Amino acid sequence: MVVDVQGQALSVLSKLAQADWPDRLKVRKSFEKLVYSGSRASFRLAAGRAASKPREACPAAGDLFDLSLTDEQQMLVDMLQGFALDVLRPAAHEADAQARVPAALINQAHELSLAHYGVGEAQGGLAGERTVLSNALIAESLAQGDFSLAAALLVPLSAANCIRRWGTAEQQAAWLPAFVAEERAPVFALAVNEPGVLADPAQPATRARKRGKHYLLDGEKTLVIAGLEASRLVVSAQAGDGPALFVVDAASKGVSRRAEPCMGLKACGLARIQLKGVKVPSDCRLAGKGFDFKAFLDLGALAFCALAVGTGQAALGFVMTYCNERQAFGEPISHRQGVAFMVADIAIELDAMRLLTWRACARAEAGLPFRREAYLARLLCAEKAMKIGSDAVQLLGGHGFTQEPPVERWYRDLRSVAVLAGGLHL
Amino acid sequence: MAALLGVMELCWGDVGLLLAMPRQGLGNAAIAAVANDEQLTRFGRTWAAMAITEPGCGSDSAAIRTTAVKDGDHYILNGEKIFVTSGERADSVVVWASLDKRLGRAAIKSFVVEKGTPGMTVTRLEKKLGIKASDTASISFSDCRVPAANLLGNAEIDVQKGFAGVMETFDNTRPLVAGMAVGVARAALERASELLSKAGCRFDYAKPLLSVSHAEATLYRLEAEWEAARLLTLKAAWMADNKLPNSKEASIAKAKAGRVASEVTLKCVELAGALGYGEDELLEKWARDSKILDIFEGTQQIQLLIVARRVLGKSSGELK
Repeated sequence: MVVDVQGQALSVLSKLAQADWPDRLKVRKSFEKLVYSGSRASFRLAAGRAASKPREACPAAGDLFDLSLTDEQQMLVDMLQGFALDVLRPAAHEADAQARVPAALINQAHELSLAHYGVGEAQGGLAGERTVLSNALIAESLAQGDFSLAAALLVPLSAANCIRRWGTAEQQAAWLPAFVAEERAPVFALAVNEPGVLADPAQPATRARKRGKHYLLDGEKTLVIAGLEASRLVVSAQAGDGPALFVVDAASKGVSRRAEPCMGLKACGLARIQLKGVKVPSDCRLAGKGFDFKAFLDLGALAFCALAVGTGQAALGFVMTYCNERQAFGEPISHRQGVAFMVADIAIELDAMRLLTWRACARAEAGLPFRREAYLARLLCAEKAMKIGSDAVQLLGGHGFTQEPPVERWYRDLRSVAVLAGGLHL
Repeated sequence: MAALLGVMELCWGDVGLLLAMPRQGLGNAAIAAVANDEQLTRFGRTWAAMAITEPGCGSDSAAIRTTAVKDGDHYILNGEKIFVTSGERADSVVVWASLDKRLGRAAIKSFVVEKGTPGMTVTRLEKKLGIKASDTASISFSDCRVPAANLLGNAEIDVQKGFAGVMETFDNTRPLVAGMAVGVARAALERASELLSKAGCRFDYAKPLLSVSHAEATLYRLEAEWEAARLLTLKAAWMADNKLPNSKEASIAKAKAGRVASEVTLKCVELAGALGYGEDELLEKWARDSKILDIFEGTQQIQLLIVARRVLGKSSGELK
C-alpha cells in the first residue's frame, strides 16, 4: 500500500512534469520547483502513512487553534494558485463568452489529476482520512483564477468525494477506479438544485418510488454543473425512507437535458434536467454506512464557500492594484478614505469568510458535528461575497461595468453563492 | 491567547467589571511592553491606568499637548488628560507627554506617575452611556514633578523610529478589546435566543434562511457575524503568540468585533421588543456597554485606516 501511495503521488507529479503547457506559458521553471518540492512532500506523506499510526481525532490541547497549513496543503496551494493565475485567469474571459471550458484546459486539468484527491487509497487515489480542508484549499486556490472554470474543474473531484463518502464498498470499487485511470476522469454531474421558488434542498421534490429491483425517478433539476456533458448524474430524490442519492446513467430513457444560460457561471455548462419515470437499478442508490444527506448538502455548500473565498481574494488583489494606479484629482484614488475604506472592508470580510469556511471544514474532517458551522459559513459567504463582487465593480466605476476587466464577471459569478445548493462536494 | 479567552468570558459577564479589575488595563500592558528591567522591578506589581486622550485630541494621539520638561532628575508635566479608565482607583497612571512639540510624534514619551504626586488632580467622570461600573477619570497636571527614572523606554528623541515604540502596545491590546466585544455580544445573543425560543423560534440550522421566520433569520445573521468577529480575534491573538507580525490582523479584529458588538447588542434589544428595551433585562445594558468598544483603543474609523494602509501599502502621509 505504501508503495502504491508513493507511486500515485509520483505519477501525478510526473504527469505534471511532462505536460507541455508549462512551457507554452513560460512557467516551466516555477513548476519544476513545485514539482520538486511536491515530490519531497509526497515522499514525506507516504513515509508518514507508512508508520500507519491512526491520526489523532483532535490536535493536542495546546494547538486547539492553529491556522498553519501542513506541508502537503501548502504544496497544493502553491501549485494550484500558480495554475489558477497563469492558466485559468487568462482563459476565463473567453470561456465566459463561449460558455464552455476550452478543450486545451480540460487536458491541462487532467494533468493536474485533481480527482486523485477524492479517491481512497484502496482504489489507487490519494484521499486519506482528513480531506475536507484540503479540498476546500483546492477550490479556494483554483477560484483565484476563475470561479466558473474552477467549478467545472472540480466536478470529477466532487463526484469522487461523493462516491467515496456515501457509497458502499462495492459501489466505490465499481466507480472510483475510473477517476484515477490514465484516461480523462468520467463526468458524474451532481444534480441537487430544484427550480421551485423557496425550494429546500433537504426536502427534494424529485421522487424516487421503489418498484421491485428498481427505483423510478420523477422530477426536475436545475443549475447542474457540467450537466450536458455528464455521462452519469448523481441525483438527489425523496425516497420512501427519506432523501437519497442515485447514480443515474445520463442516457437513460426519461432523462432530458438542455443548456440553462444564467447570470454567471457561463463556462461550467449549467443544465436543466428533467427526469420522467427514469428507471434506476436499486444498487445505484448510494448506500454506504452512515449515509447522511444533511452532511452531503453541507459539504456541497462549503465547496461554494471556498470558491467564494478564492474569487473574493482575486477581487481584492485586482481592486488594490487598480485603486493604487487610477489617478483622480492629482493622486491615486486609494488616497481617499471613501475608496480605501471599501478596500479595507473587503479585506476584513474576506478573511472572516475564509475563517468560517475553514472552521466548518476542520470540524467536518475531525468527525465533529458541523451543521451549525456550515450553516453560518454559507450565510456569511453568501452575503459578503456578493458585497465584495458589488464593491469591486463600484471601485472601478464605469470601467467596472464593462467586460474588459474581470470584475463584472466576478459580480455575476458571486451572485450564485447564495443560490446554489449541491453541484460540488468537498 | 490565554488572556484573550479570559477577557471574552469575563465580558460575557460584564464589561464594566472587567475594566474595573486591577492590572487589566492598557497601563500595565504599556509597562510590560516598554519598561526596562529596573522599571519592571519597580512597577511590575503596580496597577497602572493609561492617560492618552486630551480634550483636544482623541484618535490623533500624536497631537497631544501635555508637555514634559526636563529639570534636573525630574520631568515637569503640564496638561489635561480625559477618559482615563480606572484613573481614580489605580495606583499609578502612564501618561503620554511631549518633550518637544515641534518634533511631533517622535518626541512623545510615556511616564509613570504615581498616585498622590503633588500637582496631579483626579476627577471622576460620573455620567456615561454605559460601563458605569468602571471608573473613568480626568486628570490634570500642573507643574507635576515626576522622577526622570519613570520615563518608560528610551529618553532620546529618535526621529527615525518615531512613534513605533508607543504604538506597538496596541498590537497586543487591540485583540483584547476585540475579545471584550465578542464576550458581551455572546451574552446578548444567548439571551435573545433564549427569549425567542420561548416565543416559538427554533434555532436548529435546518431550514434555508429564506424559509425561517424573520426573527430566526436575523439571529442567524447576527450569529454568523459574531462567529466572524470571534475567529478574526482568535487569529490576531494566535499570531501574536506565534510571534507573527499582526498589526493588520489586530486592527481587523478590533474593527470587526467593535462594529459587530454594537450591531448584535442593539439588534438583540429590538428582537426582544419591549422586554429588551426595559431595565428588567440586561439586553439594554449590553447595548449601552458595547458602544465604547467600537471607540476606545482606536475607533472603527482608525482601524479601517490602519487596515487600508496595510492592504494598499500606503503611508499615513498618503492615506490620511
